[in-house]
Amino acid sequence: MKEVLIEIKDLECEIGDQKILKGLNLKVNKGEIHAIMGPNGSGKSTLSSLLAGNDNYKITNGSISFEGEDITDLSPEERSWKGVFLAFQYPIEIPGVSNINFLRTALNEKNKFFGKDPIPAKDFLKMVSEKSALVGLDNKLKNRSVNEGFSGGEKKRNEIFQMAMLNPKLSILDETDSGLDIDALKIVAGGVNKLKSNENATIVITHYQRLLDYIVPDFVHVLHDGKIVKTGDKNLALELEKKGYDWLKINSLN
Amino acid sequence: MSYTEKDLKEDLDNKSYEFGFVTDIESEKAPVGLNEDIVRLISSKKNEPEWLLNYRLKAFEVWQTMKEPNWSHVEYEKPDFQNISYYAAPKKKKELKSLDEVDPELLKTMDKLGISIEEQKKLSGVAVDFVMDSVSVATSFKEKLGELGIIFCSFSEAVQNHPDLIQKYMGTVIPYTDNYYAALNSAVFSDGSFCYIPKGVRCPMELSTYFRINESGTGQFERTLLIADESSYVSYLEGCTAPQRDENQLHAAVVELISLDQAEIKYSTVQNWYPGDKKGVGGVYNFVTKRGICGYRSKISWTQVETGSAVTWKYPSCILKGDYSVGEFYSVAVTNNFQQADTGTKMIHVGKNTKSTIISKGISAGKSQNSYRGLVKIGKGAINARNFSQCDSLLMTDRCGAHTFPYIECENPSATVEHEATTSKIGEEQLFYCMQRGISEEKAISLIVNGYAKEVLNKLPMEFAVEAQKLLEISLEGSVG
Repeated sequence: MKEVLIEIKDLECEIGDQKILKGLNLKVNKGEIHAIMGPNGSGKSTLSSLLAGNDNYKITNGSISFEGEDITDLSPEERSWKGVFLAFQYPIEIPGVSNINFLRTALNEKNKFFGKDPIPAKDFLKMVSEKSALVGLDNKLKNRSVNEGFSGGEKKRNEIFQMAMLNPKLSILDETDSGLDIDALKIVAGGVNKLKSNENATIVITHYQRLLDYIVPDFVHVLHDGKIVKTGDKNLALELEKKGYDWLKINSLN
Repeated sequence: MSYTEKDLKEDLDNKSYEFGFVTDIESEKAPVGLNEDIVRLISSKKNEPEWLLNYRLKAFEVWQTMKEPNWSHVEYEKPDFQNISYYAAPKKKKELKSLDEVDPELLKTMDKLGISIEEQKKLSGVAVDFVMDSVSVATSFKEKLGELGIIFCSFSEAVQNHPDLIQKYMGTVIPYTDNYYAALNSAVFSDGSFCYIPKGVRCPMELSTYFRINESGTGQFERTLLIADESSYVSYLEGCTAPQRDENQLHAAVVELISLDQAEIKYSTVQNWYPGDKKGVGGVYNFVTKRGICGYRSKISWTQVETGSAVTWKYPSCILKGDYSVGEFYSVAVTNNFQQADTGTKMIHVGKNTKSTIISKGISAGKSQNSYRGLVKIGKGAINARNFSQCDSLLMTDRCGAHTFPYIECENPSATVEHEATTSKIGEEQLFYCMQRGISEEKAISLIVNGYAKEVLNKLPMEFAVEAQKLLEISLEGSVG
């Protein structure tokens, strides 16, 4: 039997006066890849942000449970320690803070949470070289300030490199394909596939079917107006590519 | 959630000043007030030669004719100079020969500051001249330095043992007529540090002085004189923490650096005077005059990390008199709650081919005001002088202020003067990004701020850099809003 990793129930949220999610339900088991597609403004990025614990949004109803534990009110860092990772659509620059130092701090904070000692420098560096090879991250980028002056492709690669370093249980890829050329897309997708196991799961948020040629989903969900209006297998993505979203919008109105 | 951000904020708001403690040592104090008799009393207490007494008296005379300046971007209640005691010395039972003889209370204080002299001796190779209130009570490494001919002692000792050097150099960079607080200091200075590096000697260790204001109601008037003779080198560290106080404490120091031909002085400061509480009550007034003069091909480098004081008002400056001399100023100034800082530098280019660099990083949090004020002056004879200035401001909240007042006076057309300035606000997005990776908000702020200030922190000697990073962390706890 499959083990549930994350379960979202009747989730509703708002920012200011605007309701964004209006009763969203989603269950992801370990070992699965779920794709969430949908038109602009349907709430895709809100969902990813919310799962990561961004408190800009006010949750008005519903719950999120992770490995059976209610994490609805947990802080972003606690969720991170428990294994939630968000690959940002627009990775943030942190001037003066080296990529390496950033990751080491992150790993040690996680270790501290689990009562473990800080990772020894030697082990850390070994891990860095292993994991960066996975996404072909340029050596120089490791010592540069986090994302500062990185190209769009380098930023996305760096996200997947961080993901590999933190070894999360749930990875949420928020439009990781945006701004990537086809070669970069293949490398990034290759990295994600290599990190896949029966113990973790991935939620891929995307506009386009293209990414799903490389990261093949078990389920495809269509998000529209704050709700999941249709769920299918990978063929649903192909259908959406051909027909667009309008036919679903009409359906959901009915 | 077990521990909310609100809890955290409350915790931090209630957190009192980390190093706020008072050492219980008997003090010998001068009566409150300031007049000629007090000046004479200080001088006689210290057994000073007549020329020094006369110097003090002349300074006092000049001070009485001066008005307290008010051009800076700070507001504070003017100190009542008649309500300050101008001299306090820990009562010494006997001369101290070793640490065993030091008052255990004092050792405890040093332990709290994390600067146990024993440890310092063993671990860091730093010679510490610990200034407790106004009189130095513990000095280490003296012998080793003595072998090289280096003099490193309290100012009072130097007056007794090296009066010729004091008489030759004191007041040559900052005359008592220079400004209101320099004049006051010249009249009533209590003690401080003196350092002389002989010709061609490279000081093998970082020299360090820890200042403390300890006695309630005692204004502290430190005086530092540092002379690097031709082709010598010294790195000097000045760091301080102060105990918590309700009333404002005035600190008006004078620091003079003399870097003779081809000499180099690196002067680093980590300043953490009591900043007042979160409502803006109390805190130290830090009105310091710091200036150095460079000879031919010599160099002075000021590095400062300013996190404390209710009001900071200081401009470590360089007079680049000798041809090819170099002046540098690297500064991180942090203000939180109701702190105010008006700080920067003056680079006075006199000689040919002189060069100066200014890197200033201001960080404002709470409702504080943080100003950079700097002057780059290129004199008529300063052919091919070059200056580069970079003034960055980082805002932590939308209630604080950052201001930049760069002044440039150029009288020589062959000079190159560059000025860059940026202002940024610490981003919620940056914080969220860090937190998503498992870095708590506090740690994230510290990481981002340290990254921002890295260019300056990198200039500090290793052990100071660690302390400075910790200070930035403490100073900015719970400050984003």
